[in-house]
Amino acid sequence: MDLKLPNPVRPAFTRNERDDTTIVNIGPSHPATHGTIQIIAELDGERVLRADVHCGYLHRGFEKECEAHTWHNLIPYVDRLNYCSALINDFAYCAAVEALMDIEITPRARYLRTLLAEYSRVADHMTCIAAALMELGAMTAFLYMVTIRDYIYEHLADLTGARVTYSFGRIGGLARDLPDGWLKRLEEILVQSDDFLGRVHGLVDRNRIFIDRMRDVGRITTADAINYGYTGPILRSTGVPRDLRKDTPYLAYAELDFEVPTGIMGDNYDRYYVRMREIDESIHMIRQLVELLQDKGQGPIDVDDRRCVLPPKRLVYGEIESLINHFKLIMEGPQVPAGDVYVAHEGANGELGFYLVSTGGGMPYKVHCRAPSFVHMGGVHKMLEGYQLADIVPTFGSINMIGGECDR
Amino acid sequence: MNPLFERIREALAAQAGDCSVAHGILVLQVAPGAVLEVARRLKDDFRFDMFADVTAVDWLGQEPRFEVVWHFYSTAHKLRVRMKARVAEADPTVASLTALYGSAHFMERECHEMYGIVFAGNGDLRPILLYEGFKGHPLRKDYPKELEQPLVPYREGFEMPGRE
Repeated sequence: MDLKLPNPVRPAFTRNERDDTTIVNIGPSHPATHGTIQIIAELDGERVLRADVHCGYLHRGFEKECEAHTWHNLIPYVDRLNYCSALINDFAYCAAVEALMDIEITPRARYLRTLLAEYSRVADHMTCIAAALMELGAMTAFLYMVTIRDYIYEHLADLTGARVTYSFGRIGGLARDLPDGWLKRLEEILVQSDDFLGRVHGLVDRNRIFIDRMRDVGRITTADAINYGYTGPILRSTGVPRDLRKDTPYLAYAELDFEVPTGIMGDNYDRYYVRMREIDESIHMIRQLVELLQDKGQGPIDVDDRRCVLPPKRLVYGEIESLINHFKLIMEGPQVPAGDVYVAHEGANGELGFYLVSTGGGMPYKVHCRAPSFVHMGGVHKMLEGYQLADIVPTFGSINMIGGECDR
Repeated sequence: MNPLFERIREALAAQAGDCSVAHGILVLQVAPGAVLEVARRLKDDFRFDMFADVTAVDWLGQEPRFEVVWHFYSTAHKLRVRMKARVAEADPTVASLTALYGSAHFMERECHEMYGIVFAGNGDLRPILLYEGFKGHPLRKDYPKELEQPLVPYREGFEMPGRE
């Protein structure tokens, strides 16, 4: 067998700028690039002169596959975009379809979605910080973070039946309501997370090694960040309080009291700190939402709309109209009126947008995901060039690139 | 209609006669030749400083076949604008926005490989999610979903389970 395989990528540069530099290849099979990103860099000693970033190693034809499924059946695919906070993807997608169908979800679904989105954000930020710290050798802080994250995963499994990819959103509501005692366990986890987050702060915030690796490394200016389409914690770390939850409130965010933490320098340290502060704000929001759920959030979780919500099983087995309704929804999918819509939610690492086009059937004509990680990869060379080769690891870790949504 | 949207509609009446607001987003239908001009006016005159997204829709069977869709966001006004342009299959060319926005580099590459839209002025339209040598544009409606182009050939005698 001929073992010579074609190169899947074509580097932007193959010739050295000067005769004393080296061109090296980093990744994709490298733990710090999450196994999906390839960086071709020209080095002057240890310093990165220029970097050419390649993605796509996890491409699986998400958008093409969506066009062959009903609006409901593609929800599991949506989960697998950002698998660190799958619920946020679910809710953003469902909100986009609901906008096309002109559906307003029930108050309980709205509060629950907001709560679960913030809970996912906590888990996502913890994953990012834990991985970034571990890559710098801070194993203890990593274990503290993933301990809480695992409590959250197990807790979400109690609700949804799955640890990571939940498929919990439904057009017009949610898959099911909270089980008994779920909110009690939620408060226990929040109390424990406060304790563990405090320990991480104590371990790394003023740690000489940590500061040397993070402060003034991977800096990006506000102007560059906006020019390259950066959103989320990276843009906020440069000092811009730009957050879709505040700027264009959706779900129940208009009713909540929260701050938008920002950084000053736009470096790795600020990105770490902005995420830590956002976890605090999310926990603050979750506690408000628990109260809102009890005060104003009683009632059904699904809207009463037979165009998209499955009829109760009792009726499916008891009357012919509901049986046909159920059959039509499963086999043909919800009939979404023709049109197009762009809905953006504040994902854990930036603006997560869905651009949907419907021609009026049970299947989408087009599902396009505006993935923050992909857009961020377009400007990451700005954060790598001029720094040391070893700085690629913490800088890349602080960007929180998620292969699932970057490569789709 | 939002006052800013009204102002944009008046200012860009020559390039984008057909304006409407759909789901809170101003939609501008422009001619392919006016793309760069409209984007520049949006950025310079109306502070749409963030280029959020570009993609295309393949209206197979219609003429012109492709609809390129851009989304802009203003961090100052917290509003969105969608710009649309129809291009024909024979010459699917629109202007690149790389001169205005850094984020255009990557997003246009993706739209180029998926739909074959040519962004004139983007000097780097290498494949980004796909690989070098990939034939065709997979998100076009006439590209079969089952078609495989393995970069690493399957072993001799191997048959994909469930395939004819």
